[in-house]
Amino acid sequence: MITTTEKRFDNAQEIIKYIDTLKAKREKKLQKKSIYVCVGTGCTASGSRKVYAKFVDVIKQKGLDVAIEKIDDDDEPVKRTGCCGLCSLGPLVKVMPSGITYSHVTVDDVEEIIEKTLINGEPIERLLLTDPISHQKVERLEDATFFKNQTFYIMNEIGKSECESIEDYMARGGYLSLAKALSMDRKEIIEIIKASGLRGRGGGGFPTGLKWEAAYNSKGDIKYIVCNADEGDPGAFMNRTLLERDPHSVLEGMIIAAYAIGAQEGYAYIRAEYPIAVEMFNKAIESAKEYGLLGDNILGTDFSLDIHVKEGAGAFVCGEETALLSSIEGKRGTPRPRPPFPAQAGLWGKPTLINNVETYGNVAKILRDGVESYRTRGVQKSPGTKMFSVTGPLNLTGIIEVQFGTTLRYILENICGGTSNGRRIKAIQIGGPSGACLPEELFDLPLDYDTLKSVGAMVGSGGIVAITDDRCMVEVARFFLDFTKRESCGKCVPCREGTMQAYNILEKFTQGKATYEDLETLEYVSEIVRTASLCGLGKTAPNPIISTLKYFKEEYIEHIEGKCPSGMCTAFKKYIISPEKCKSCSLCARSCPNGAISGERGKPYVIDQDKCVKCGLCVTKCKFGAIELVG
Amino acid sequence: MLTRSFDKVEDILEKYGYRKEMLIKILLEIQYEYRHVPREVVNYIGVALGIPPAKIYGVITFYSQFSLNPKGEYTIMICDGTACHMEGSMNLVKVIEEEIGIKPGEVTQDLKFSLDKVGCLGACALAPAMVINGEVYGKLTPDKVREILRNIKERKAE
Repeated sequence: MITTTEKRFDNAQEIIKYIDTLKAKREKKLQKKSIYVCVGTGCTASGSRKVYAKFVDVIKQKGLDVAIEKIDDDDEPVKRTGCCGLCSLGPLVKVMPSGITYSHVTVDDVEEIIEKTLINGEPIERLLLTDPISHQKVERLEDATFFKNQTFYIMNEIGKSECESIEDYMARGGYLSLAKALSMDRKEIIEIIKASGLRGRGGGGFPTGLKWEAAYNSKGDIKYIVCNADEGDPGAFMNRTLLERDPHSVLEGMIIAAYAIGAQEGYAYIRAEYPIAVEMFNKAIESAKEYGLLGDNILGTDFSLDIHVKEGAGAFVCGEETALLSSIEGKRGTPRPRPPFPAQAGLWGKPTLINNVETYGNVAKILRDGVESYRTRGVQKSPGTKMFSVTGPLNLTGIIEVQFGTTLRYILENICGGTSNGRRIKAIQIGGPSGACLPEELFDLPLDYDTLKSVGAMVGSGGIVAITDDRCMVEVARFFLDFTKRESCGKCVPCREGTMQAYNILEKFTQGKATYEDLETLEYVSEIVRTASLCGLGKTAPNPIISTLKYFKEEYIEHIEGKCPSGMCTAFKKYIISPEKCKSCSLCARSCPNGAISGERGKPYVIDQDKCVKCGLCVTKCKFGAIELVG
Repeated sequence: MLTRSFDKVEDILEKYGYRKEMLIKILLEIQYEYRHVPREVVNYIGVALGIPPAKIYGVITFYSQFSLNPKGEYTIMICDGTACHMEGSMNLVKVIEEEIGIKPGEVTQDLKFSLDKVGCLGACALAPAMVINGEVYGKLTPDKVREILRNIKERKAE
């Protein structure tokens, strides 16, 4: 039974009824005047929390908090919503019931938005988003091509979900699956997940149902469930977005999984670099406990579960499942050989199920809407949808959700609106440091686990970085190896030493000191690291090299021949002082950290190319624009 | 001064029930409190938790969030993730070096600023980005960076 102070339910039927009343309330809420401000990391960085506070202030000042009728106690006129994916346009503000959405909102716009749009329902032209594809102003976010061309499954209710409210999640059908699951046979749930064809979203794409079955079949009284939210891939932030915009969807998936395999305790391992995600997930855990959806005797059954948040401490390798488990135990996050797999011997040696954030995010929906509905999206062997983070010099960047089988070209052109700097996209880096660089001729390939694998790439966690033709592919490979050599945990020799050697060779290339022999050695070292490393980090670390060697070998060769085709590697360039423009003021010579510039009064100064470290400091100091970069 | 600081360590240890598996969380809080993990504290928590100090050093040096030397009052984390790198984050590092005179991994002599290059802050759509004491600054240009740092320096002078 529910009273105002005690929200706890001990019966599935009761909560299903309650969810129905919440649904009706939410319908009404969306029909009345209110403002939704995004408080995700992206918009927060652009100042959305100040905008939120200003809205609350002004609405109070004008007495609108009283004037606008409330549906219930929690119904505030200004609501905090999670990330809709368009981080580059933040802060985003949506005004209901019209759904008019504004981008780049500042505190100075607040009064006007309240006066014109909230009260009178009129749009403010200058704050509307210009669709880069249709070139028209769009009033509602849902009408922008960016959103229309996506396929939403887990990212529904764009810009109008209250990320911190469990009631809002329930009103969207949340926790119905859990209520249903608790009366089902554990095996039946696992069969449904198997039938759905859901594959792990963390990178490898292992069938989720099989993982659950293995954990279920492992003998032991104590079992654990773990959510991998250690999204360390540079260039990827899908997991962060999902945790911030819909933490309960992940939590519900975890609870259902725990029930299915018979776990009593769980951990969500979230990067410490994601403070907002940590906060949102902790809040979600607290409110789920209040409703009796987590804790002892969930919904009156004999199933009990506790879930804790564990913060990471900054180590990329902890995204590898066995390393992550070591880290939860409070140790150095070094991987261990498999088998035994975590499903047999994981946390403290007990059977442990570990899945990615996005994988759990799919579970409740599959159970609620059915396997068939899930499989209508995607392709045969990779059903469903995938969140990607798209970055680079594109018109629109941020988080998108598309069905498997969508092509890269579709994402670049029909969703993100092409390049913003007018340059040609020559490559796509997909899958982070474990992923690959794909050339333009592969942009029409369908994105799914198996197709990507066949061209030497992987979905990874889903980072897509567009690289234009003014960027150097050898430098891209060097950048990733710099990352993996730093993040290698040092436990196994091939990865620790191999990534270091590969990096050294790549550095020779970018510095213009490489030979044809280096090219051969690079291929050889890459192969050893790939085959002999202990864990996924090492096994995939050479992928950026192997793929650039495969698709962009000519760039390596040009570096050997003494030229960086993109002009990005400064080692191939030199600074010279124009004798006509030089006024012999000696400012450059005095600023040079290496004493490479010399000259005397009345004569133009010169740069000693052997001493020059190409820092470019002299260029910034010269008042006459006499120093140029050539080559 | 050190006895006073152990009180805080004691509070943190108590908060996590002296549990060995909470070591990382305990160290995160100590790092936050002191802006580094002081060596005396390592021995202290080693005894309190029953973990050899060598193992604790192993953990501290493994994770990038911890440091054995003090960080600045303003900790600057410049992102060098893929998106930021492609958008020229390394030029910004040079600008910061010029402005405050330290390289990544270093601290200014007055302990006002420390600079670190980090993998990815997850703010890729705002690349290039940096974080100063938890606040994210996005879509940076050399001029913007100079302005931000100069504003902080003026704050210090007041």
